[in-house]
Amino acid sequence: MISARDRAQARAGVAFALPAFALIVALLLAPLVALLVLSVTDYRLGAVAVRSVGLEHYAALFSDEVFQRSLRNTFLYVAFVLPGAVFGGLGVALLIHGRTRSRTFYEIAYFLPVTATLVAMATVWQFMLHPSLGPVSTLLAWLGFGQVDLLNDPSLALGTLALIGLWQVIGFNMVLFLAGLSAIPRDLYEAAALDGARSAVDRFMRVTWPMLGPTTMFVTVTSTITSFKVFDTVVVLTRGGPLGSTETLLYVLYLEGFQYFRTGYAAAMTVVLLAFLVLLSILQAKVIDRKVHYA
Amino acid sequence: MMGRWTTRLLAHAVLMLGAVVMLAPFLWMFLTSIRPADEVFGAVFNLIPRRFAAVENYSRAFFEGNLLRAMINGALVCLGILVVQLLAAIPAAYALAKLRFRGQGLLFALVLFGLCVPIQVPALPIYLGLAQAGLLNSYFALMVPFFLTVFGMFLLRQFFRTYPDEVLDAARLDGMSEFEIVWRLATPAALPAIAAFSVFSVVAHWNDLYWPLIVVTSSELATPPLGILAFRDTESGGNYGALMAGAALVTAPLVVAFLLARRAFVRGITMTGVR
Amino acid sequence: MILKGIVKDFGPTRVLDGVDLDIRPGEFMTLVGPSGCGKSTLLRIIAGLEVQSAGSVTIAGRKVDALPPSERDVAMVFQSYALYPHMSVGANIASPLELRRLRLIERLPILRWFSPRRARVMREIMSEVRVVAEQLQLTELLERRPAQLSGGQRQRVALGRAMVRQPAAFLMDEPLSNLDAKLRVHMRTELAELHARLGTTFVYVTHDQVEAMTMSDRVALMDKGVIRQLGTPSELYDSPADLTVARFIGSPPINLIEVDADAERQIRIAGLSLRAPETGRHTLGIRPEALQLSAPGPESLAARLRRSENLGAEWLLHFDIEQREPIAMRLTTTEYAAVRPAAGEVLHLRATPMGAHLFGRDGARVGTATELGVAT
Repeated sequence: MISARDRAQARAGVAFALPAFALIVALLLAPLVALLVLSVTDYRLGAVAVRSVGLEHYAALFSDEVFQRSLRNTFLYVAFVLPGAVFGGLGVALLIHGRTRSRTFYEIAYFLPVTATLVAMATVWQFMLHPSLGPVSTLLAWLGFGQVDLLNDPSLALGTLALIGLWQVIGFNMVLFLAGLSAIPRDLYEAAALDGARSAVDRFMRVTWPMLGPTTMFVTVTSTITSFKVFDTVVVLTRGGPLGSTETLLYVLYLEGFQYFRTGYAAAMTVVLLAFLVLLSILQAKVIDRKVHYA
Repeated sequence: MMGRWTTRLLAHAVLMLGAVVMLAPFLWMFLTSIRPADEVFGAVFNLIPRRFAAVENYSRAFFEGNLLRAMINGALVCLGILVVQLLAAIPAAYALAKLRFRGQGLLFALVLFGLCVPIQVPALPIYLGLAQAGLLNSYFALMVPFFLTVFGMFLLRQFFRTYPDEVLDAARLDGMSEFEIVWRLATPAALPAIAAFSVFSVVAHWNDLYWPLIVVTSSELATPPLGILAFRDTESGGNYGALMAGAALVTAPLVVAFLLARRAFVRGITMTGVR
Repeated sequence: MILKGIVKDFGPTRVLDGVDLDIRPGEFMTLVGPSGCGKSTLLRIIAGLEVQSAGSVTIAGRKVDALPPSERDVAMVFQSYALYPHMSVGANIASPLELRRLRLIERLPILRWFSPRRARVMREIMSEVRVVAEQLQLTELLERRPAQLSGGQRQRVALGRAMVRQPAAFLMDEPLSNLDAKLRVHMRTELAELHARLGTTFVYVTHDQVEAMTMSDRVALMDKGVIRQLGTPSELYDSPADLTVARFIGSPPINLIEVDADAERQIRIAGLSLRAPETGRHTLGIRPEALQLSAPGPESLAARLRRSENLGAEWLLHFDIEQREPIAMRLTTTEYAAVRPAAGEVLHLRATPMGAHLFGRDGARVGTATELGVAT
């Protein structure tokens, strides 16, 4: 028996959810369906006639040099950034956690890059990395590395972008780890001390690292996804060069869809991108989740 | 005892080195922005410029560099996005948390699904739709894909779930309609979460490059990232001082907000960790 | 264990103000007192988790002040149990042995697979763990994680982790306060029996005077950073050193009546006749079970019945006395049935001299009514 009150609430519920639901349909579901449809056509923006091409685009992606290279670059980029982002963030958090006086200063210093507009700061980095005008080049020369042009050297450019990406994200992870560290109950450390954990390494392995499990998992997942979506620095600093060494997945997607207007092809690429992202999230969540949730 | 001192010193040294690397670009940006064009070369050796060119650099960036307009657009767009986001997300989150209705499960499943889908995925079809409707290169186009915030819905739902049911029942007995309950009871109680979400939203959309890059073709509609990008392209080869001033202007609002309300700001940006 | 002159300051606050305590080998010593009295701080100083501002701690003949907690040969059971949530029960219990017998290299995640010695040592450790688990009836739970256990089970795991080291002393910080009432009663017996079986020194901190009374060989009652009285439970009950002790020990609490000694230093009330050491105001403490109903008379205490509480095995009667604090009295069911007093009724009470104590103006006890009694 559904009371009148329940019915009234149900009506209200539907009414309240309707705008959001409409937005979901319009901005999430419909586009996803459209993507799937487009990805099997040969549509180009402005074209009059549209033809179905089956899975041709998907097959083409496998042999597309540019796409494959962008995949490699993106994976390389993520592989480069991720360890530094997670363990760097953890390391900084551990070092800051015990302090009282200088803590505020370090928290601000490390988090500042996270707040700043990346496009603007990338412009600053471009200047700093300038081969003749920038301090970085001067510093490298002084350290004995000779003339290095970090952004124009095909073997160095992606790494440089990765370093900038690391610079931007480490403060974010630091804050998350600091929160995780504060949540560890103090008497676990005391119990470990009584058990015989003498060194900092013992304490870290027995208490800190296990208790940070959920935080570490979260940081890893978000850092991976954020790194996967690298775009701003590519646009500002290298435009995919030199020699395509910094063409990342999202950048190539942008070019295909919004510069070359090969819409069908770009749609297929987007579907692949989505698949990667969903797969990554699930994979990491599953692998780490099992070992990590004990509360 | 010696061990403790050296480890502390080492820790400090490492932290300080890292902090220097973190802050170096900001310092460089600021120093260059007050530097006249002729002192740019060899700036590494004369950190403090001999002549202060702050006024010329900043005004050049502000007016000739279109950055004033870019920042105004940024403010408008962020505000517009945030308002619609809240208007749609708050009632929906409340409904998901506190009401029972048909399709509730489906809606929540869609929210969870949407959390895995970044804006770059539906961007292409939305762009096509806007192109068809002739709405490209407009404020509406800049804002529309972000009206939906599944993250906001998820977050506020979690928050609303903790609101005591008894208060709602008492209000209903008093004769309050569900509509009133949402806006007069639940929303004020959720203010901290809404504030944090607002920080998150504004920061994300002020800094967004991907979508504005696709959708905007005229300089009147430039958002801050586009503004600085365009400025960089016109200044190439020349006035690094003005360029850095431009960069400083674009990053200033968020940095200032961060310094003023550090805890709230940090909570907002990192709230994706509030699972 | 010998504690000498322990002082502890937290900034401007002095939490422990010169504590001396001798704990005999194998005894069950309870530190009891109201919250804030410093008992937990004292325990943590013994463990080495806090460093005292002054004074020394000696354990098993060694001065341990300079030693870290792991080297003092004491084990601690925390109020929250502090079990490692990510490790199984077996691993939790094995933890202290692992940390002590294996070198760092043999404990590091991947490198430890390469150590042959580790396998051997772990086998020894696990057999010891199983012995302890048997004693505590944890054998079926060895593979579970703490999150899957009940409060009582977790407590036993915490005990196991302490026991497996066979330390010189067990330190327990309010281990029963997170358990429900029934379980607490059950665990009290278990702990007391464990102590009897192991014969190790137990230092036990609690705010619950029932636990202190029922489990201990000796009790140190603390208040505001000092030990007010050290003695067996009977000593604390029958001969409280001062008002603080008398008030704290005993449930329902002792009745305190302000009395005045006249010019000849005599006090006459409730059928008692005492000679005080001086004139003036004193406090008379009468245990609820030391009161009896009597016939009205000049010697008896007139009291108006406020409320009767039926405790099943006995009755507790609450009275108002003129110009004084209310008092309580115990009555057996038979006695109650004989009288059946009604609320508001005025009854007359006398006290037995043995359960009545006189306290001076400074709060210190002068003696029992028996000792101070004067023939009427």
